[in-house]
Amino acid sequence: MSISPGTPDVTPPGDPAESRIGVDSWVAESAGRRARGRGPAGLLARGWEWSPDSLKLLVFVGLASTLPFWLNEGDLFNFGLFTLLYVALALGLNVVVGFTGLLDLGFVAYLGIGAYTYALLSSSHYGIHWPAEATIPISMAVAAIPGLILGSTSRRLEGDYYAIVTLFFLQAFGAFTNTANPTLFGKGLTGGPNGIPNLDPLTFFGYELNSTKQQYFFLLLVVAVVAGALHFINQSRTGRAWRALREDPLAAEVMSIPVYRLKVLSSGLGAAIAGLCGAIFAATFTAVTAGSFGVALLILLYAMIILGGLGSIAGVILGGFVINISSQFLAPQNDHPDVKRWLFYGTIVLIVALMKPWYRAVLVLAGTIAFGYAVHAIVSATTAATWTSGAPVAAGSRSISQVIQGFVVMPHATATGAHGNFNTWLYVGLVVAAVVVRSLSGWWRLVGLVPTLYLTAMVWENILAQNPSVTALILFGAMLIALMTVRPQGLLGSARVEIV
Amino acid sequence: MAEPQPLPEQPQLQPKALLELEGVWKSFGGLVVIDNLDLVVNENEIVSVIGPNGAGKTTLFNLITGIYPPDSGAIRLDGESLVGLPPHKIARRGAARTFQTLRLFLNMTVLENVMASQYGQTKVGIARAMLRTPGMRREEREIRARAEEKLAFFGERLMGYRWNQPAYSLSYANRRRLEIARAMATEPRILLLDEPAAGMNPSETHEITELIGKLRDDGGYTILVIEHDMHVVEGISDRVVALDHGVKIAEGTFEAVATNPRVVEAYLGTSAAVTK
Repeated sequence: MSISPGTPDVTPPGDPAESRIGVDSWVAESAGRRARGRGPAGLLARGWEWSPDSLKLLVFVGLASTLPFWLNEGDLFNFGLFTLLYVALALGLNVVVGFTGLLDLGFVAYLGIGAYTYALLSSSHYGIHWPAEATIPISMAVAAIPGLILGSTSRRLEGDYYAIVTLFFLQAFGAFTNTANPTLFGKGLTGGPNGIPNLDPLTFFGYELNSTKQQYFFLLLVVAVVAGALHFINQSRTGRAWRALREDPLAAEVMSIPVYRLKVLSSGLGAAIAGLCGAIFAATFTAVTAGSFGVALLILLYAMIILGGLGSIAGVILGGFVINISSQFLAPQNDHPDVKRWLFYGTIVLIVALMKPWYRAVLVLAGTIAFGYAVHAIVSATTAATWTSGAPVAAGSRSISQVIQGFVVMPHATATGAHGNFNTWLYVGLVVAAVVVRSLSGWWRLVGLVPTLYLTAMVWENILAQNPSVTALILFGAMLIALMTVRPQGLLGSARVEIV
Repeated sequence: MAEPQPLPEQPQLQPKALLELEGVWKSFGGLVVIDNLDLVVNENEIVSVIGPNGAGKTTLFNLITGIYPPDSGAIRLDGESLVGLPPHKIARRGAARTFQTLRLFLNMTVLENVMASQYGQTKVGIARAMLRTPGMRREEREIRARAEEKLAFFGERLMGYRWNQPAYSLSYANRRRLEIARAMATEPRILLLDEPAAGMNPSETHEITELIGKLRDDGGYTILVIEHDMHVVEGISDRVVALDHGVKIAEGTFEAVATNPRVVEAYLGTSAAVTK
């Protein structure tokens, strides 16, 4: 009962380029071709795809180095320096989370350890004033130690367990710096809640980096070097092994990859990068305080790497820019108060504009505007003047302020008591409207969208515009929800398939 | 406990034993999965392991590759003990396997899958990788060349444009081939193939049968294979070992094992064995 001689010969004859059913490269690639699209966007995507990685880095550094020439000192600090610092940090986090797939929630502690190490070695706290060429490597090494130790727990801890243990480490670090503050050599080691002030600026071989511009260029160099080095590692056998163990640790181990050692290595490398950022962070702010290294920063970093695309270096850089610039605009204090309003309305218009076909989007937007003016006219005609006499927060110009006042029902700020729990009812109304719209379909949904959008604008003008930091978090949440539905792999990440 | 069937007569030229298992036990809780198993695979031999579902065949592979250690007994590869070594070190010693339920690195490209499994035999660390030293680039070229060579073994099935496609885009049969290529790239002395023909159509099964022969003849590998498809087992095996409930119930040529009443009983039940 051996194999019958009639079994077809399956080695296909002929030219491999010849297309055959089931083994056709054209068919296999068609999905990718469709996704690339046409027009300027498609051209840009194709250009991005074809350009070598070194060119991409060069373009990024070239564009980034023009920033100091058209931003003032304060903006360069908030939008330039901060962004690069976040980008460098996110690159480090990406090694752990993106390359290796370890869910490390204690990452910000390494930043803190690097910062405190720099502070102790380059300040009058203990009277030690070592130069940066010594303190930066030491900060990296000191930060790498807890990275290696925490990484070594990954032998037994996986997934959620590892995440929680590292998160505990971050909280313990916060408590240690803030309240424990052990006395060493007659002084509190971490300075408690006040931290350590008056740090030396970065000084390399006697050359001080004092101005924001100098620090910015130094940080740009650091980001370029870190990004380049990580790119090379990612393409090496180590990077391949990291990807392999992220995909399937058991198969990787059986295929001669020492999974445990590589996890520890990645955690240590990520921590060392965080330590480098910590030293630069401490030097540019000339102080460290315990409050800087908390969960809030961790969330921002995760938002950056998820938004940009886990594992993609270019994506992480882009994610850092998007998240930091929008969160800077939405910071309570900043020099560009009107931008946050444009960000808010721009996002809404963008989301509505994604509706198909296009005339539905136009109908909804036009309907919302008309609906708003109608409601405002009715309210101002039938109620007391204080109901509509509120002034919009931080409107950049008079004309914008007037437009908003004519459109949104806005009770006067000082007279809120007279309007009952107006703000609370606005929130409740928005939630109810959103739920109702969800359950509608077809044209009724469009009709329902109009008051919902108007309520959104009311909530924004009456409540959120006064608490922009809350708005920032809501905005990031919305961004990630939108991304999850449109492009789950992140802006520049490559699509991953979990179950096939 | 049943005594295994006597070993077949040794040929005149004494073959060199590559993989040896001696008195291996493994139990999970109270369930004995491998029961005092002795097994020898000689160099350049193809040995098939057959047995009904739950006979302990895959557990046998897991024990050899170190996924878990045996409760007692010795496992030796080329005279050196494998017991207690972590799986990546056992892979370095020269035992590579495929999985019954495919475990490819699905989101990596075909070529990367075969490059990744060469980690154990290559040396460049992250410092040299960061600097992209000439030595690093040379090693990288060698890794790539070896990967291409392994993929070329499968004819044009895994060639050309497929190299840069993610592994998840491959058909089921090609995934099985890629798993074999990935195992080959660890430069093993013995290949452990866990049901290589599972889920394949007749022509693909025929092809895999030829391939396993070619792996031994051209590739020089020693092969231990678990297989349910008796056509494949008959086509490839120098020797067949039958397991049931972790006990070796028969060993010998395909004809001898296939007609062994205990094997028939294990597969079809007692009455079938009696009426036969």
